[in-house]
Amino acid sequence: MSQEIKEREPMFSPKNMRLITNPFNKENPITVQVLGICSALAVTVKFEPAFMMALSVIAVAAIGNTIISVLRNTIPSRIRIIVQLVVVALLVILVDQILKAFSYDVSKQLSVFVGLIITNCILMGRYEAFAMQNKPWPSFLDGLGNGFGYGLILLLVAAFREIFSPSGSLTLPFFGTVKIVPQAFFDMGYVGNGMAILPPMALISVAIIIWIQRSRNEDLQEN
Amino acid sequence: MKAIRNILDSVKPHVQKGGKYHAFHSLFDAAETFFFVPNHVTTKGSHIRDAVDMKRTMFIVVVSLIPALLFGMWNVGNLHFKSLGESVGLFDAFSYGFIKVLPLIIVSYVVGLGTEIIFAQKRGHEVNEGFFVSGMLIPLILPVSTPLWMVAVAVIFAVIFGKEVFGGTGMNVVNPALLTRAFLFFAYPQSMSGDAVWISEKADAYSGATPLAELASNNGSGLSITEMIIGNYPGSIGESSFIAIMIGAAILLYTGVASWKLMLSFFAGGLAMGLLLNGMQDLFPHNNYLDFPAYQHLLIGGFAFGGVFMITDPVTAAQTETGKWIYGFLGGVIAIIVRVLNPAFPEGVMLSILLVNVLSPLIDYFVVENNIKRRMKRAKLSQAKI
Repeated sequence: MSQEIKEREPMFSPKNMRLITNPFNKENPITVQVLGICSALAVTVKFEPAFMMALSVIAVAAIGNTIISVLRNTIPSRIRIIVQLVVVALLVILVDQILKAFSYDVSKQLSVFVGLIITNCILMGRYEAFAMQNKPWPSFLDGLGNGFGYGLILLLVAAFREIFSPSGSLTLPFFGTVKIVPQAFFDMGYVGNGMAILPPMALISVAIIIWIQRSRNEDLQEN
Repeated sequence: MKAIRNILDSVKPHVQKGGKYHAFHSLFDAAETFFFVPNHVTTKGSHIRDAVDMKRTMFIVVVSLIPALLFGMWNVGNLHFKSLGESVGLFDAFSYGFIKVLPLIIVSYVVGLGTEIIFAQKRGHEVNEGFFVSGMLIPLILPVSTPLWMVAVAVIFAVIFGKEVFGGTGMNVVNPALLTRAFLFFAYPQSMSGDAVWISEKADAYSGATPLAELASNNGSGLSITEMIIGNYPGSIGESSFIAIMIGAAILLYTGVASWKLMLSFFAGGLAMGLLLNGMQDLFPHNNYLDFPAYQHLLIGGFAFGGVFMITDPVTAAQTETGKWIYGFLGGVIAIIVRVLNPAFPEGVMLSILLVNVLSPLIDYFVVENNIKRRMKRAKLSQAKI
C-alpha cells in the first residue's frame, strides 16, 4: 500500500533546477557538446540578431520539448524523427512569422538562419535524448536550460565580435546602438579588428570561451 | 665570457627550485643557454646530442636574414627620400630606415618573447628559442608604416593561437610569422595593402604602389630586370631584394639548416605555373598579367623571401622526402595562381604557404601510405616466387 502513494516531486526540486543550470556550465550545448556551432558562427556578427536568435531557439527548444514529451508515449518509435521534425518545423515557422511581424529588420538580418533552426542539432538532440524519455515539466525545463546555455554563448560571442569590430559599438535590442569604444581611442589611431566581422573570429572566440571554461572546470579536461 | 659566467653562477642559486626567484627560472635558462652551449647529456639509449642545438640552428637563420634586413633598411630610407624628390647618400638613407625599422623589430621580439615566457612559466616548461627566428621574420614581411600596436596585437595572436595552443615550439601547424601577417592582413587591411603603406612618410604625389599591385591593375611592373634583382622598389621591408635573399639562401644551404628540396621545388612550382599561365593568355584576354614572363615572377614581390625563409620552416613543412617535393611545388603553384588570377590579392605567397602548411600532414600521410603499399606489394611478389 505504501508503495502506491508516491510522493510527488516538487516543481522546483534540486533535480529539476539542475536541468536549467547544467547547460550553463558542464553540459553547455555549444562549448561542451559542440552542437549548434553553425548558427553560432553565422549570426554573431551583431548583438541584436544574436539576441533574437537566442530567444527564438529558447522558445523552440522549450515548447518543442514539452510537445514531444506530451506525445512521447503515442509516437511510434520507427517514425519518431519525422514527428520531431514536424514539431520543430511548425514552431520554427511560427517564430519566423512572429519575427517578421514584430521585428522585420532583425528578421531580415537573420535571413535564412531562423529557418535553419530546424536543422540546429541542439533541438533534435534534446527532443531525442531528453523529451522522449521524460515528463513534460522536466522536458520544458531542459529545453529552457539548453536554450539559455546556447543563448549565453551566442551573446558572449556576439558582444566580443561587435565591440572589437571596426564600428566599436554594440547594437542592443530596444536600446539602439551604444558606442563602447570611446571616440578618443579612434582619434589616437585605434582601428577596429576587421577580422571580427568575418566568421573565423567567431570560431576563435568560441575557442577562447571553451579554453577558459575547461581551465576552470577540471571535470571537462580530457587526458 | 668569464664575467658572464660569473654573473650567471651567482644568480643561479636564487632561481633554482626553492630559491627566492624561482618564478624567473625560465628567463634564467634562456639567458644561460643563449650565452653558453648547454652541457646536457643523454641519460639513456645511444642517442648522440649534436652541439648544434636548436638555439644554434635558429641563430644561423637569423644571420642569414641579416642581408635582407640591412638592404630593407636602406630601401626604406631610399624610397622615403626618393618620394620627396631628394637624393641623399647611402648612409643617410640607411640611418633613416634603421630608425623606422628598429621599433618594429623591438616590438616583435619583446611582445613575442614576453608571451612565450608567460606561457612557459604557467605551463612549467622551458622557454624555447622558436620565437628567435619568428621575431626577426615578422618585421621583414610587414610594410614599414604598420602601426606598432597592431604588430603587438598580431604577434600575441600568432604566438598564442598559432603556437602555444598546439603545444609550443615544434608543434605548430602554421608558420607563426606568416600567421602574424595574415592576421594583420585580414584584421587591418587598410594598413597592410594599398598604395600608401609601403613607403614611410611618403609625399602624396608619389605613387607608392608595389610592382605587383601595378601588374594586378594591368599596368606592367615598370621595373627592369636589374631593378628586380637589386630590389629598390616598394614592398614589405625584407622581401624586395632578390640578391640579399639569395645571400641568405646560400648561408642556409651551406650550413644545411634549410632543405634544398623545399627551396628548389617551390621555385620550380612557381616557374611551372608561370609558364602555364603564359600559355593560357588567350583564355583571359582582359588579364595582361598572364603574359608576365614566368622567371620574373620569381624575382619580384615576396616569392623569393617566401621560398627561402618561409617554405623551408622545418616544423611546418612536410617531413618525408617525397613529401617535401610535393609540398614545395604545390606552394609555388598556388602562390602564382593567387597572384595572377585573383585581383583581390596582389601577392599570393603568404596565402599559399599557409595553405600548404595546413596540407603538409596530409601530404606526409599519403607518402607514407603509398610507401607501405609499394613495399607490401614487393613483399607479396617475393613471397609468390618462393
